[in-house]
Amino acid sequence: MKSGEILTKRNCLSEMKIGETAVVERLLIHGSMRRRLLDLGLCEGSVVKCVGKSPLGDPSAYLICGAVIAIRAADARCVIIRGI
Amino acid sequence: MGLTASSTGISASDNGLVVKKRSPNDKIIAVAGNPNVGKSTLFNALTGLHQHTGNWPGKTVASAQGYCKTEDFDYVLVDIPGTYSLLAHSAEEEVARNFICFGGADAAVVVCDATCLERSLNLALQVMEVFPNTIVCVNLLDEAKRAGIKIDLALLEKRLGVPVAGTSAHKKKTLRSLTEKLDKVCSGEITTNPRKLRYSEPIENAISIVEKVVVKRNSGQIPARRLALMIIDNDASLKEELRNQLGGDFFDEELDAAVSEAHRTLAEAGITTEMLSDKIVSCILQNAEEIAHGAVSQPAKKLPKIDKILTSRALGFPIMILALMVIFWITIVGANYPSEWLGSALFWLGDRLSDFFVYINAPEWLRGVVVDGAYRVLAWVASVMLPPMAIFFPLFTLLEDLGYLPRVAYNLDKPFCKCKACGKQALCMTMGFGCNAAGVVGARIIDSRRERLIAILTNNFVPCNGRFPIILKIISLFFIGGAIGLLGSFLSAAALTAVIILGILMTFVVSRILSATILKGEPSSFTLELPPFRKPQIGKILVRSLLDRTIFVLGRAAAVAAPAGAIIWVLANVSIDGASVLSYITGFFEPFGQFIGMDGVIVTAFLLGLPANEIVLPLAVMMYMQQGVLAEIAPSQMFELFTANGWTPVTAVCVIVFTLMHFPCSTTLLTIKKEAGGIKWAALAFAIPTLCGIILCAIISGISRIIA
Repeated sequence: MKSGEILTKRNCLSEMKIGETAVVERLLIHGSMRRRLLDLGLCEGSVVKCVGKSPLGDPSAYLICGAVIAIRAADARCVIIRGI
Repeated sequence: MGLTASSTGISASDNGLVVKKRSPNDKIIAVAGNPNVGKSTLFNALTGLHQHTGNWPGKTVASAQGYCKTEDFDYVLVDIPGTYSLLAHSAEEEVARNFICFGGADAAVVVCDATCLERSLNLALQVMEVFPNTIVCVNLLDEAKRAGIKIDLALLEKRLGVPVAGTSAHKKKTLRSLTEKLDKVCSGEITTNPRKLRYSEPIENAISIVEKVVVKRNSGQIPARRLALMIIDNDASLKEELRNQLGGDFFDEELDAAVSEAHRTLAEAGITTEMLSDKIVSCILQNAEEIAHGAVSQPAKKLPKIDKILTSRALGFPIMILALMVIFWITIVGANYPSEWLGSALFWLGDRLSDFFVYINAPEWLRGVVVDGAYRVLAWVASVMLPPMAIFFPLFTLLEDLGYLPRVAYNLDKPFCKCKACGKQALCMTMGFGCNAAGVVGARIIDSRRERLIAILTNNFVPCNGRFPIILKIISLFFIGGAIGLLGSFLSAAALTAVIILGILMTFVVSRILSATILKGEPSSFTLELPPFRKPQIGKILVRSLLDRTIFVLGRAAAVAAPAGAIIWVLANVSIDGASVLSYITGFFEPFGQFIGMDGVIVTAFLLGLPANEIVLPLAVMMYMQQGVLAEIAPSQMFELFTANGWTPVTAVCVIVFTLMHFPCSTTLLTIKKEAGGIKWAALAFAIPTLCGIILCAIISGISRIIA
């Protein structure tokens, strides 16, 4: 379901620290997860903020479109962001 | 991966999307909305139904309908399961779309969350596009107000072109604005003029090519423009639905040619079929943003402080364990006295009943069946099992209403992911504390079928409301016996928590084993919404769940425990060759019982308890009494009864372990068969925990024998 591109140290959602805000540049994810993220309001140009990490470090919580959504690092790695 | 039509399509459609009108003049209203926007609360408030509500997305998995009367009309309200969009990615969304497009509704209400209006508008815009007679209901206004969010409803109404009503669903008075607008829309006093969504130029061009063909034919209630876009978006399930609804000849050569041309136009502009859906979604989101801009003012939102503590590295797990312990402790302390009172009252009543039978010269066997058999088991269920069940349930519901359960799922996602399962399994697991059948149904929130099956098969490792009082009783009889008062109740709660943690560890182990064997696979993607904490409607919850639970348990006890008690009395009093039939049966299970550290009576009680676990302990007591070591005992003498029948602390441990790990009750098994789609899964759900229980108990009793 995920694209072949593997991101390591580029600017992706999973690299965000708590309190940081960014704009979504590209979704490198396909299939049902892409739909889910779009439904939740995470699309190109939307603003996200990292608001927390779970006790074991994964998943993390993001503020998207006014709601707090938990996303695993494995999926967050496929969301490219840029700073504001 | 993902949902299959057979697994959820059927169950979704058999859950009441067939509308039952009470009179032909009834107006049908479709109630749609994002998950967890208080849709069920609104629905309950309007219809007077008591659909269970809880503060987490996906709580309502089955759709319901109810009736509501205003000055002008009688309405049938159809509650559609929560969806984020109508683009039909999942079975629920397909059901929602088909109902809104073809369900024959007179009007639709889209319930929006005032605390994140922009996202809710996304769905509202989609519904308005396919169904112009829509009313937008901005719910949770009070919550938004507390969060400092200001919403200009009049401006919103102007921009959307459809009526907008602001509500706070648990305050009935606020619903008036909604019902007034509903009346006006249905009577034609208000004509809706929904805002036209603007798409990018290539998409608009493609739409107009197909629209020209679509306008020429009957497209039902759906505006031609939107129908054209839906057809271009090339959705196979829609095509079939359109053929069913609008006639098999809807798709002819002319339309097919237009669609091909539209696709060509799009391709020239560099938009492929997959990108098209994306573009449509981002256009709608953009529209939602434009509408919300200026109409909604929102202060910067942060994760609430309490969440930082509840999900912190240091305190996240200790707080979960503590919460469990506190709930158990309240249950233990709270159940203690009612249990004693009920016990003495019911047993006194039993004696009087017995006197009455003697007084009217009834035959001895009749008195035995009714009083010593049926009534006494019922009394045991009511006095020993009912109080903890009735206290635990509302407490658990409070926690659920507050919104703590998604935090548990958030905290536990990583271990579940390591077991190649889904973090949402934690939600079904905690639901299992209330009732395993409910936990199994709750597994519908897990999208991947593989992960859903894992959640279903392992749900039974959490003891339900009918089982944990057994564990509790045995702990307090055999292990806390000496310690009384505050210390005793605290130790009982701690021991019970330890048993529950064992059950949760087994959930992980078995999930991992299943992922490596019959349900092989990798964990799929996962998103989980953490809703804001909501103040629970404490009074309402206490009354409702206490009452519901008590009536439910008593009803089931009357239906199951009383006949079982009567049967046991007969078996104990009918003799063959000088020994009772019951002793032959328990004797048959005795060797197996000994092997797993218990005895024939306990094994028989577990088997007879298949319809309802809450009768297991009362049945065991009953059988011991009938076998005559101690003929008459009060509930306070259970310990003496058990030890007189050869129970040791090892027996007690084995009974606790086996209570935690044995076959689910028959209701749960039937639910599993339905939810998982096959008797095979019910058989597995029966075998897996039973096998775990037998192995563990055999090891425990084996070790104890070696030591002895």
